[in-house]
Amino acid sequence: MDQTIATIPWLLATAVAIRNETATVKTFTFDVPDWPGHLAGQHVDLRLTAEDGYVAQRSYSIASASGTGSHIDLTIDLVADGEVSEFLHNELRIGDRIELRGPIGGYFTWSPRQDNGLLLLAGGSGIVPLMSILRTRALVKSERLARLLYSSRSADRIIYREGLEALAALPNGVILTHTVTRGAPPGWKGERSRIGRVMLTRREFTPAGHPDVFVCGPAAFVETVAGHLAAMGHPEDKVRTERFGPTGE
Amino acid sequence: MHVTRGFKGKRRTDATDRARLPPGQYLTPEFPVLTAGPTIHTPLDRWKLALQNGGSLVATWTWAEFEALPQTDLQTDIHCVTQWSKFDTRWRGVTIDDIFRAADLAVPPTGYLMAHCDGGYTTNLLVSDLIDGRAMIATHYDGLPLLPSHGGPARLLLPHLYFWKSAKWVRRLAFRDKDDPGFWESRGYHLRGDPWREQRYHGDP
Repeated sequence: MDQTIATIPWLLATAVAIRNETATVKTFTFDVPDWPGHLAGQHVDLRLTAEDGYVAQRSYSIASASGTGSHIDLTIDLVADGEVSEFLHNELRIGDRIELRGPIGGYFTWSPRQDNGLLLLAGGSGIVPLMSILRTRALVKSERLARLLYSSRSADRIIYREGLEALAALPNGVILTHTVTRGAPPGWKGERSRIGRVMLTRREFTPAGHPDVFVCGPAAFVETVAGHLAAMGHPEDKVRTERFGPTGE
Repeated sequence: MHVTRGFKGKRRTDATDRARLPPGQYLTPEFPVLTAGPTIHTPLDRWKLALQNGGSLVATWTWAEFEALPQTDLQTDIHCVTQWSKFDTRWRGVTIDDIFRAADLAVPPTGYLMAHCDGGYTTNLLVSDLIDGRAMIATHYDGLPLLPSHGGPARLLLPHLYFWKSAKWVRRLAFRDKDDPGFWESRGYHLRGDPWREQRYHGDP
């Protein structure tokens, strides 16, 4: 092993934009002058330091497309009693600086150079790294098939609703299906239950064509969905998973 | 270190807990599940544990044979590289010392070992991190058989290193001549992963 490999340094990142996605989710755009670039699906470690030296550190997925620009987007859910997400949502202002380091993670990643077709399954804020994949895919104008099945508790909790519709409307755009698990609004055209085997088959999330599969969401969601996919014949090494919390933050 | 304007930190733990938390970690009462792929379900009648040296087999145990080895209870804190720590987790299993003893290995043949798991996961380990009561293959958590989502029927447990080293669904321990990287170690994570030295990623001290 090469022991001389450089440390992943902490970088100063300046908040340059903050926008509301839903009532409890915001996207923060940071300018990171020395950002080395990232692959879709990777995350950063973010560090906050109080005046007396107390430090809080958390990992957040990158939402913006893969690339080497100096701006990255982090989309962050406000967690009840979460000291980092609460600070970012309620205290952080444009122009403030925080520290982050990355990119981190070398498995839950996607590169357009190995585009075998994509099946993406998101639960709640699990959409964030998958949005990075979809944005990257749109940037390179991929012509391979991509499907997204996105499960939200209710329609008003859907993150990136317009952004996803715009991606779906592009030539060879993602084939988008929403499902809501706790009541659909009038005129709802999507699915209306938790993701199960029947829904996966109906929406053609089958192993045909050997697509790469990415599943991201709360642990119980990923456990269930990845289990269904394995039972449908998706090989284990084609199903990449990332489980969020519940970790109390 | 850059002081963050307006950040006070509302989830500070008291001094006793703080002394048990490695740098950059926070305390959680939950037991999060982190796995790179689907959960593996291995039936006990198909389960076997193998100990290998290079290409040759040193010993194997069926589930019944493994359960007949001396059982050790361990209460310990665990630390995940994704920053959560959990205190006072309770495990039961067979220490690596007892596994080596059962295989008549008075002296381990090399200083390095690769753990191989169902599903293809691997992690590299120093033998010195496994012996002298520092590690076990755990089959029970909190008094109950280990759930598949937490690595059941059997997982490695080396609580003094970041938890990715405590490989789920372990099936084979193979002595090696050198410290080749395993699954996460070849994807940017530290070769050893000592939380007290904050060895999270390649290049960390």
